[in-house]
Amino acid sequence: MDIIDRRPNPHGKNLENRRRVLQRARSAVQTAVRDAVARGRIREVGQGNAVSVPSDSLHEPSLHRVFSEGVREIVLTGNREFSRGDRLQRPPAGAGGQGSGAGQAGESGGGEDSFRFVLSRDEFLDLFFDDLELPDLLKREISTTENGVPARSGLSNEGAPSHLDLGRTMRRSIARRLGLGRPKPAELQEVEERIAELEALRPASAEDLEELEGLRERRGTLRQRLARIPWVDPVDLRFRRYTIMPQPATRAVMFCIMDVSGSMTERMKDLAKQFFLLLHVFLERRYKKVEIVFIRHAESAEEVDEDAFFHDPRTGGTIVSSALELMHTIQRERFPSANWNIYVAQASDGDNASSDTARTASLLRDDILPAVQYYAYIEITGSGAVIRGETDLWRSYRAIADENDHLAIRQVGDRKEIFPVFRDLFSRQHHSAEA
Amino acid sequence: MDQIVSGGGSPARSGGLLYSGNDWNFQIIRDCYDAIEEIATRELGLEIYTNRVEIITSEQMLDVYTAHGMPVGYKHWSFGKRFIGHENAYRRGLMGLAYEVVINSDPCISYLMEENSATMQALVIAHAAFGHNHFFRNNRLFREWTDPSDILDYLEFARGYIARCEERHGLRAVERVLDAAHALQNQGVNRHSGARKLDLKAEQQRAKERRAYEDSVFNDLWRTLPTEAGDAAGTAEGAHARRLLGLPEENLLYFLEKNAPRLAPWEREIIRIVRMIAQYFYPQPQVKMMNEGCATWVHVYIMRRLHELGRIDDAAYLEVIHSTSNVISQPGFDAGGGASFNPYALGYAMMTDIVRICTEPTAEDREWFPDIAGNGDAIGTLRHAWAEYRDESFIQQFLSPKVIRDFRMFRLSDDTAQPYLLVDAIHDEAGYRDIRRSLARVYDPGTFYTEIEIVDVDLLGDRTLKLEHRTRAGQLLQAGDARQTLDYLASLWGYGVVLQEVDAQTGSVLATHSAGPS
Repeated sequence: MDIIDRRPNPHGKNLENRRRVLQRARSAVQTAVRDAVARGRIREVGQGNAVSVPSDSLHEPSLHRVFSEGVREIVLTGNREFSRGDRLQRPPAGAGGQGSGAGQAGESGGGEDSFRFVLSRDEFLDLFFDDLELPDLLKREISTTENGVPARSGLSNEGAPSHLDLGRTMRRSIARRLGLGRPKPAELQEVEERIAELEALRPASAEDLEELEGLRERRGTLRQRLARIPWVDPVDLRFRRYTIMPQPATRAVMFCIMDVSGSMTERMKDLAKQFFLLLHVFLERRYKKVEIVFIRHAESAEEVDEDAFFHDPRTGGTIVSSALELMHTIQRERFPSANWNIYVAQASDGDNASSDTARTASLLRDDILPAVQYYAYIEITGSGAVIRGETDLWRSYRAIADENDHLAIRQVGDRKEIFPVFRDLFSRQHHSAEA
Repeated sequence: MDQIVSGGGSPARSGGLLYSGNDWNFQIIRDCYDAIEEIATRELGLEIYTNRVEIITSEQMLDVYTAHGMPVGYKHWSFGKRFIGHENAYRRGLMGLAYEVVINSDPCISYLMEENSATMQALVIAHAAFGHNHFFRNNRLFREWTDPSDILDYLEFARGYIARCEERHGLRAVERVLDAAHALQNQGVNRHSGARKLDLKAEQQRAKERRAYEDSVFNDLWRTLPTEAGDAAGTAEGAHARRLLGLPEENLLYFLEKNAPRLAPWEREIIRIVRMIAQYFYPQPQVKMMNEGCATWVHVYIMRRLHELGRIDDAAYLEVIHSTSNVISQPGFDAGGGASFNPYALGYAMMTDIVRICTEPTAEDREWFPDIAGNGDAIGTLRHAWAEYRDESFIQQFLSPKVIRDFRMFRLSDDTAQPYLLVDAIHDEAGYRDIRRSLARVYDPGTFYTEIEIVDVDLLGDRTLKLEHRTRAGQLLQAGDARQTLDYLASLWGYGVVLQEVDAQTGSVLATHSAGPS
């Protein structure tokens, strides 16, 4: 008998097969991923991502019989109270194969209804953002604030002993010793032995004495050369050189601005939330570090945490410019545009105090847009603020958007529309048109 | 079963404890193996293939599951699907992993999980490396249908061949053939004529020749000809040709490999590979119950003897009892989780009962089993049963009234014309034979395989392939699957395909499925 320990063998034999499954079910998985997001489960994006796809896409058909009518006999175990001739009520249809014995599993037709994938976060997001790209992804600044990473960059002839490249050092040492003709210690030893031998001869012949003389001279040279030509010379030393490479890391900040005034219903907030979450996921994917600032406003604006942002009810009128002002202040103080990629996402029902709209527009055009990378405004339709098919705020934003490519505005009416809007806002086409 | 008379040879020697505690190491495994081997060969007289024990992690166990226990396999998405399914079930705690997997090869490879305790490793060696191994080597079905010495090399060859095809012809082209062949693999076995031995050298030689031929006749000019050309061949010799095709043919993959007009040589070879592997696995479901019963009975016997001989301590033996009783529990029909028979439970119960009948028969046993009751050679009788029977015939021959009573079996008659289910046999004098007959039928390959034959090819017309499924009303093919499978069949055949479902008694056509060429 042989015992073989297979544990150290390479694992993941089935990774290739698993990849092929994903490939085959790609479109189905993609739909499932988008559904998962549309159903508002985006919060789970960071955790385990299980999606179920209809098994059709992975169905393996075969020729097999199913029982539909006639007579069959089923042997079962565990009889307690039945005796011959008892009549039992048929289990209700749709109760599956209950009480129907072995081998009937195919009766429901396709076997399992859906197939569950657990996707890694990267797989999930890759599928989700398959063909999306943020506009103007040229980094504003490649900041080197993150730690540098040492990278090999050739050799140097000085350095710390721990970086000594032994192989190269020895190679050079050998070359030098050969080139300069450093005698081998064995050679010296041989000569010394011969000298000792000759010295021991008594009486010594003239030839021996002559040889002895020659050998002594040779010994002198050898010793001298050995001493003069070191085994390893400082010129041989080679060290691995490391340079600290700046790790290009980019930072982004995302401002979420939302109207929480009385006119915003829960439904509207929910839609806005979807949009913010999507944007966040996307930015998180692009940038190593994404800060989020939540600003809510009604008559006045304040910076809040995420929970309060989405769940704390507020009432009152609406003054949009207060939020923009606050955003601008925070940005200037904490996120200088020289170091940060700045993204702003604003959600509103388009309602604003009519006296405020002009101020909002000028703030946006003159102060905010020049500083930010991208500004997305979504207006959730269904409010009472619509005049001639569009709201006041929408009209003034549209005028600005016509002049500024990095202001994007969209209207959204329903949960389903969130994702298409998002795609639309950040689609590659948009990007290339802009470039 | 405490009074089993050992099956010849001197009883195994006793000795000191093999180990104590839960931890195992390789020396312990080796010692256990030697002690078990002594019992297995001296007392039970088992004949086994050379054993190879491999220790693997749980993750590797999932890999092993995916490939039916085979250590090498070609790449295909369906294996990935199975892998993901197992992985999900395992991660969510719906499924525990087996303690071992053993494959029918020579040498016989048993995979042991590293998580097992020392006792479990010993139990699993007794179960797989001796119980299953003996069964693989001696059961008639395996002897006749499989050639365990070549399978590992053949799988290696298959993987290499398919990988080369993927390089030469592209993933998609290979996947097309594999998908289709997989769909037909249940119809890709010779059920009646036995399998010819695999000959790896010949396989490789043929693959090489096919490739050489392909290369030698390659002429770029041909590529520019329309592919429809050359259809005019079949004329008057239609009937003669049909005879030459060897129709009717039950092995669809074999027929395609030999006769499909539009397949490239490498595609035929891939079909052959799927067919060979399907043929290799063909016997397994037919003897599953006996195979598991045999392995369980052997490990129970061996572990009990180890305990009696003082080689394992009481704690270890309790662990054996605990684990074994989990394996052989048979939930009642109403306990949830399906109502099927647990093959371990039924197999073990029947084999234990055979031992009882041989050593201390009752009057009932003498009436039912006059030839073995009280013959005093329990182990010889078992060895004979393991060698010569399959599940269906084993039940038919050996299911005793006592086992029927112990399991409290009953039979339901399900007549769809009636609004109720009728209990028409229970575990009493009048019901034993009915129950036994019905239960044997569940294990009859004729009931769980669908037999479909190619009956004709329209050689004079549009080359439509005609198939026939002989069945009866109410037992038709699942229509959606049938259509999809026929699509695959048509894509390999290259022309249209028609499948008729015919009533085996009256000959009337019950249903027709068809698929056009893709």
